[in-house]
Amino acid sequence: MTPQGTYLILKWSYIVVYMRAKQRRGPESRVSAIQTLADLPTGQRCIIDRLELPEDVARRLMELGFLPGNEVIPGKRAPGGGPRVFRVDGSEVALRDDTAARLYIRRDPESDFVVLA
Amino acid sequence: MSSCHGGTPRAGLLPNPSILPPAPAADRPIIVAIVGPPNSGKSTLFNRLTGLRQKVANFPGVTVEHRMGKARLKDQQEVFLVDLPGIYSLHPRAEDEQITHDVLKGQQADFPKPDAVVLILDVTNLGRNLVLAAPILSLGLPTLILLNMADDLELRGGKVDVAALAAELNCPVALISATKGTGIDRIQQFLLGTAVRLNAPPPKIELPVLQDVPKCRQWAAKVGTRASYKAPAPPLWTRRLDAVFLHPVAGPLIFAGIVVAVFQSIFSWAQPLMNGLQQAVLWSGRWMTSVLPDSAWRSLLIDGVWSGLGAVVVFLPQILLLFLFIGILEDSGYLARAALIADRTMAKFGLQGKSFIPLLSAYACAVPAVMATRVIENKRDRTATIMIAPLMTCSARLPIYTLLIAAFVPNVRILGNFFSLPAATMLGLYVLGFIAAVFTARLLKSTILQSGRSSFILEMPPYRWPTLRSLSLRLIDRAKVFLRRAGTVILGVAVVLWIVAHLPLHDGKAPTLEHSYAGAIGKAIEPAIKPLGFNWKIGIGLITSLAAREVIVGTLGTIYGIEGDEQSKGLQAAVHHDLSTAGAIALLVFFAFAMQCFSTLAVVKRETGGWKWPIFQFSYMLALAYCGSWLAFHIANYFAG
Repeated sequence: MTPQGTYLILKWSYIVVYMRAKQRRGPESRVSAIQTLADLPTGQRCIIDRLELPEDVARRLMELGFLPGNEVIPGKRAPGGGPRVFRVDGSEVALRDDTAARLYIRRDPESDFVVLA
Repeated sequence: MSSCHGGTPRAGLLPNPSILPPAPAADRPIIVAIVGPPNSGKSTLFNRLTGLRQKVANFPGVTVEHRMGKARLKDQQEVFLVDLPGIYSLHPRAEDEQITHDVLKGQQADFPKPDAVVLILDVTNLGRNLVLAAPILSLGLPTLILLNMADDLELRGGKVDVAALAAELNCPVALISATKGTGIDRIQQFLLGTAVRLNAPPPKIELPVLQDVPKCRQWAAKVGTRASYKAPAPPLWTRRLDAVFLHPVAGPLIFAGIVVAVFQSIFSWAQPLMNGLQQAVLWSGRWMTSVLPDSAWRSLLIDGVWSGLGAVVVFLPQILLLFLFIGILEDSGYLARAALIADRTMAKFGLQGKSFIPLLSAYACAVPAVMATRVIENKRDRTATIMIAPLMTCSARLPIYTLLIAAFVPNVRILGNFFSLPAATMLGLYVLGFIAAVFTARLLKSTILQSGRSSFILEMPPYRWPTLRSLSLRLIDRAKVFLRRAGTVILGVAVVLWIVAHLPLHDGKAPTLEHSYAGAIGKAIEPAIKPLGFNWKIGIGLITSLAAREVIVGTLGTIYGIEGDEQSKGLQAAVHHDLSTAGAIALLVFFAFAMQCFSTLAVVKRETGGWKWPIFQFSYMLALAYCGSWLAFHIANYFAG
């Protein structure tokens, strides 16, 4: 990916993230509104912090690699805004947004973009 | 190194069979369970070892039932292998995982606890796959660990020290490729030694607390590091393909393109084969007529059995072609993407993407589809999916669809030269079934099967080339099932039909069809089906097709065979006597909606645990079929007149 490409991705993600954050918190809030996997732009690394889900769902997600401390990279979304594919622990797992929104993350949102193939 | 190796102190290698004592003295055969995470190659291995038919597909959770097969070892010993649904741990969430759990723990009714376990792991993602080793080793059964997809690992530059891993886990480990067949002899050696290991104490190994997933994952990472595991490069081709198949615009277009291409080729490719078969059936019928003496037996054989069977067997090429396409979609891994694409749409009807897989396989046959719903964790979602599965256009509808379309729809090209009107009509019928299904799902999910929005968690397998071996196993399997049905159900119906069509005798002579018992039965229901544009002959077909949908074509074959029409003009021409075009359309709609399949009702009863759902399903679909074809008949008549 060229530097322009990377710049475009960064710019776009910033816009997307900013708009989402604005929707959720009102105009005052900033990029730091990113809290869950659902908020992340495509290609941004993050570390899982905790899962706030019913025990059986959380357990299955952890078995698939969504463990606190593990790295996750959001990937492609199904056409038309369906579930999204996440790269986690050597495989790819698709989740709906309402599930992803219960997976809280830690790490500064402006670091570490991965250029996806 | 200990007992697990049967006394051989070489890590990573299995004992030499020659030093082992002969077969076990147990009164039942040895049972070895094949266990592994979804999509790790269990069924491919099972096929390799048993040579038995078994559904394999590149979609997590295709093996929905445990299946048994016999593996013959080098010294003529036989070991029973059981292929279990994929699991991530011994904490089941869905019904299929529950089966694996129960079998391994010896809690499955009517099934003995296995004597040994073959744990198969995907070595291209060993870190996560190894987590399953902890609960499996804790069972205390003799265990062989197979690291599958060795060829992939090597190709993408990964490495693992098999001997070190065996030492770390204290059990034999082998690197194999189930698709290519490399390393398979190691499994034979392990199976040969199973009898010896039965009485040995389980090997000592330190395992993490199984309830604690993070601890288990740490343990797996530690074991991986000690076995100097180097993960392979990511599957680049899978990502490139996903960039296309999941593209917001190209993705859905490709999906639609695949569907249209499948329908077009089912028509154009299968046609020459079907014509050839039809000629063969007609020719052999005439030949038999010429060589056999004229008697009631000749009439039964040729007009009853041969016309009935022949009319159905002709459709074998088309049905196999459909199964071939579905097989390629499944084995390549595209199906999981299709589920992803479909999730949003399915959610609108109250279902989820996982329901899409059973529904797609229902296009082939509803029976395996109903069993495949076990992967759906939510019970109400599962019941709703079972209810709508028979509305998907299964391959048993193909014979009557093809017959009526060929007889009534003119073969003209539409949309330039790409698509023919018959193919478009066929596609339309598939769409009709699908619409009825989603409508029903919506209805059920907003009334008696309400439930909260369920979670959708689906692992995306890497794309793989479908193997010729797996595809041909499927087709052989389907051909067998189809011919067996033709040889039992359809044959039986043909014989019974011939008999009731030849009774009662008047002065030792058979009556005309109209005055036979069969005719009387047809006439009895004629008032009910007259509003749909069907006469009493079609009525006979509707009654016999309650057993199975394709029987109607056999029945029509027998009816016209008795009347002497079919042999001369062929079924397509003969059916014009009894159906107007509007009636034909109504009949197509009737078959799109009606529940005419005993096998499906039986499996629904088994899976839902009672008669409540199958009875509901039958009545609902019959009502839908009746109203639908009444509407179709009148609309078609309005436009025609």
